[in-house]
Amino acid sequence: MLDPIILLPAAINGLTMGAVYALVALGLTLIYGVLHIINFAHGSLLMVGLYGVFFLYRLFGLDPYACMIVLVPACFAIGYALQRSVIGTVSHGRDQNVLLITLGVSIVLENLALYLFSADTKTIETPYALDVVDLGVALVPLPRLIGFVAALALAAILWALIGRTDLGRAIRAVAKEPHGARLVGIDVEHVYAMSFGIGTACLGAAACLLLPMFYVSPHVGNVFVLIAFTIVVLGGMGSFTGALAGGLLIGLTESLGGLMFGESAGQLGIFLIFIAVLLFRPTGLFGSRLS
Amino acid sequence: MKSGLLAVGIAMALAVPQVVTSEFWLGVCIAVLLSTLTGAAWNVLGGFGGQFSFGHAAFFGAGAYAAAILEMRFGVNAWLAFAAAGVVGGAVGFGIGYLSFRYGLRGSYFALITLAFAEVLRILANAADFTGGGVGLYLPLQVGVANLQFATKAGYYYLALGLGAGAILVGWMLERSRLGAWLVAIRENEDAARALGVDTFACKLQAIALSGALTGLAGAFYADYYLYIDPGLAFGPGISVEILLAPIIGGIGTVWGPFLGAAALRVAGELARRLMGDAPGLSLIFYGALLVIMVKFLPDGLIGLLDRAVRPRGIHAGGAHA
Repeated sequence: MLDPIILLPAAINGLTMGAVYALVALGLTLIYGVLHIINFAHGSLLMVGLYGVFFLYRLFGLDPYACMIVLVPACFAIGYALQRSVIGTVSHGRDQNVLLITLGVSIVLENLALYLFSADTKTIETPYALDVVDLGVALVPLPRLIGFVAALALAAILWALIGRTDLGRAIRAVAKEPHGARLVGIDVEHVYAMSFGIGTACLGAAACLLLPMFYVSPHVGNVFVLIAFTIVVLGGMGSFTGALAGGLLIGLTESLGGLMFGESAGQLGIFLIFIAVLLFRPTGLFGSRLS
Repeated sequence: MKSGLLAVGIAMALAVPQVVTSEFWLGVCIAVLLSTLTGAAWNVLGGFGGQFSFGHAAFFGAGAYAAAILEMRFGVNAWLAFAAAGVVGGAVGFGIGYLSFRYGLRGSYFALITLAFAEVLRILANAADFTGGGVGLYLPLQVGVANLQFATKAGYYYLALGLGAGAILVGWMLERSRLGAWLVAIRENEDAARALGVDTFACKLQAIALSGALTGLAGAFYADYYLYIDPGLAFGPGISVEILLAPIIGGIGTVWGPFLGAAALRVAGELARRLMGDAPGLSLIFYGALLVIMVKFLPDGLIGLLDRAVRPRGIHAGGAHA
């Protein structure tokens, strides 16, 4: 059963899925790290992105990967506007209020999709959907390989953006000390909205990488939102490298757990990890905060 | 005046099945009362204690499955199974509460872990044999008061009325009890409450067990009323969301808020259906929008709105933000 011939492809499958999970979680951890809020609408925003890719492909024949040019800025704008108009204006005093607002947003988005597009699961058929690449040890479907490489590349870009640019410096300053940042002339509300926008833009990119190997339905966000929370908690709230490592780890857990104990055990494993980390190691496995 | 109002309200509630002859509207009334029960249950922990749970489906589902399994697999009398469902709901609440509060989870983290516990139970119910797996459980039809199956909706209505009124009474008593005062102290400032000698862990544990027991009863009622449950209906995240909507919209931490919220939600849902047709997701769009609007503009809920209308300059009657 634990033959490498079965185990290796499963592990690679898990890692490729994990990279996309990591990209989704990176957006969430950025939003948490800077705004210190838990964005419950993260999964539904990913769902919106997936529908965006789906319709761009169906209506205009745009390749899902090329959709990134449209979707990343579009998602950024949605996130920016959402933070500025809906989420940011709620009192930050009680963090549960923000949780409730984002829950409300996700209920609206999900059911709007249900109302407009019906509950049907939709997929796209790209000409390369069934292509495989021989890595020597295992055959990997091409979309998964692209997803893996692109997710890592995007994570690197994000890391450079936060670590090496003026905007990134401002974001880090606000994350650490919002009052101090305001004193030195940083527009804190703008930085909050930028962070929320960048976090949502990650979802636009993730949607483009995901749809060629996955599906879209109104409730698809539920699959990802809890996984993303698990990864963020596992990696340490607000930690980039943690989210990346956590994503890969969760992808592996799901795939190997599913292989050995059946599919529901894979899911169960994720939630049990989530509970265990929250209870026993709330700072995450890797520690370091966004700084 | 207040007791007169209450007497009129009780008389009206008792007369509903005589006046409302339509099965449909009686069904709506039952749904409102069931939401009142779950909302008041959530309110014990979330409203008074300030511990927002996003996973009350764990208790609801535990109660529903406990009642169904005891009746079907062990031939337990339906009323006994109903009571046992309350005990099981309370026990699940105690278990989740013990772990979460023992390790000091608060705020959003507590909300997330309750959600995760509910999902774990959903997956387990989906995988196990004795729960009927993904197919769910069909309770056999055996009409008779002894089997908790009534020939008419009026019977279910009176049971739901008793449960809903009981839950409101629990809230009323809690507001006047020492435990209730301690819970409000924890909600407002947990560290200060502990510094003043409140056993915060024990208080929160009692609140979650009580909340779980009431929610477990609601789950059992659901199973006995619809005679069918499956993992998604019992433990699904949608249930948790539906449970917390009523008290938040009606008024967090108030006695009548859950009822007001439950009634307002059902009426809004029905209106949306009448105006825009019966499309999937439509009523939930309204619920979600209502949730955003309420938290943003009326954090005291409908009760707060009423309060301000009646007493423009009066003192707030114990809202979460009073």
